[in-house]
Amino acid sequence: MGKVVPLSGNSAVAYAVKSADVDVISAYPITPQTTIVEKLAEFIANGELDAEMIHVESEHSALSAAVGAAAAGARVYTASSSQGIALMYEIMFIASSLRLPIVMTIATRALSAPINIWNDHSDFMAVSDTGWIMMMAENNQEAHDDIILAYKIAENPEVLLPVVTALDGYFMTHTTEPINVIEREEALSFAPKRKTWFTLDPDKPVTMGALGDPQWYFEFKKQQYEAMKKSREVIERSIDEFARVFGRRYNAVEFYGDENPEVVLVAMGHVVGNIRAYLNKMRSKNSRVGVLKVKLYRPFPEDLIVRYLEDVEIIGVVDRALIPGSSSPGPLHSEIVTALRKHEVNTKTLSFVTGLGGRPVTHEHIGVMLSKLSELKDKPVSELPREPLFIGVRE
Amino acid sequence: MSSRLPSWKELPIGAVILEPGSSRRYKTPEWRTSRPVINQDKCIRCRICWSYCPEPAIIEADKPYVTSANKRYEISYLIDYDYCKGCGICAQECPVKAIEMVPEVR
Repeated sequence: MGKVVPLSGNSAVAYAVKSADVDVISAYPITPQTTIVEKLAEFIANGELDAEMIHVESEHSALSAAVGAAAAGARVYTASSSQGIALMYEIMFIASSLRLPIVMTIATRALSAPINIWNDHSDFMAVSDTGWIMMMAENNQEAHDDIILAYKIAENPEVLLPVVTALDGYFMTHTTEPINVIEREEALSFAPKRKTWFTLDPDKPVTMGALGDPQWYFEFKKQQYEAMKKSREVIERSIDEFARVFGRRYNAVEFYGDENPEVVLVAMGHVVGNIRAYLNKMRSKNSRVGVLKVKLYRPFPEDLIVRYLEDVEIIGVVDRALIPGSSSPGPLHSEIVTALRKHEVNTKTLSFVTGLGGRPVTHEHIGVMLSKLSELKDKPVSELPREPLFIGVRE
Repeated sequence: MSSRLPSWKELPIGAVILEPGSSRRYKTPEWRTSRPVINQDKCIRCRICWSYCPEPAIIEADKPYVTSANKRYEISYLIDYDYCKGCGICAQECPVKAIEMVPEVR
């Protein structure tokens, strides 16, 4: 086991990328991600990491260069936030469709306008349909570990899909925590570098990115769908192996709270930790409440979600992104409602939208959400609000 | 095109093409709504169609031709209808209007 050192979330991520021994880093600075690639540039300059750092003129080019490098067989890393992720949008589809195992960190941040450099999940949710595996950490140790886990999953020959690992901007990226650093040998023994995908090789030429007309395109989309589906098993196996090797377990979905809960908050990212703390504080009141943390967002672990929620009276889904006009403007709520409906589970749901643009989700807010759920848990579905409840907005 | 195309399970992932130069097998006659037809009598062998064709689907053939006015050319320009997509650039650019776009009737 490596040593424990105090690291900011971004440094924790950079140390893991170093241990993963990446060959190419292609990045463009953007708050709050910048210090990840800054730290990596420092590692390269100090001779601690033997990698090519490609400086580009935009995030569109950052991911394009990452695609090219991965196509050439390199282990590739990039990171971005907010507007940068939005600019990568086009290339994100290409990376996943070409089946290149790139790992990218999203230091989550709100999207403009108005200009806002603070944290919410707008950027993460906006790219959830691009065919990438997506996971979000709750604390800095998890953000560190996710990098190693991500390469293991991405490069698995049964998967070969790019992976997003996310951590909350500022609340995590710029907050220091003690980190048990995974050393290079440990990382490479867990996630060895193997060229498991088709690469550009003059001795064995292939064509990548060719036209796929109506006679061909559909088949490749079906392949992608199957690979994403298959990745669930690989992710579970990798989580198990990670827990065995490193002693830290990050389930796709994790429940914390009363053994037999009737009220559950569902959340992602650092807010989960805040809800855990709130529940610990309130435990003496003997209430049957809990929090369900969703770590894995793509593929959405609907089987586990259903298993945890089927016997719960009412859940409140905490969304930190907003899709105006959607039948459920909270994207996580939308996923969960679909999962419950598909499995004919009648758990009542409320949608909470909160913490947009960096507004903290405080214990007071958590208290408001839980009281609302307790108040409504015995009401018939017809009397539940159909609109999301905005928690912490000034009316 | 073969009668049976491969299923999604049989194709290399990521739409990667493993065989170099396989686009030669990708024929595009169905793309045409009209086909260029060269009038060998009118053609002055200027090579403009050959240089403009984006495919290139115009062949400069060592095929002598004697016009009705008894002028002998050592070469002929022919259309490769396997790859011609019927864009009509050749007909547009021909300085003597020797290329006619004839509607494809199938």
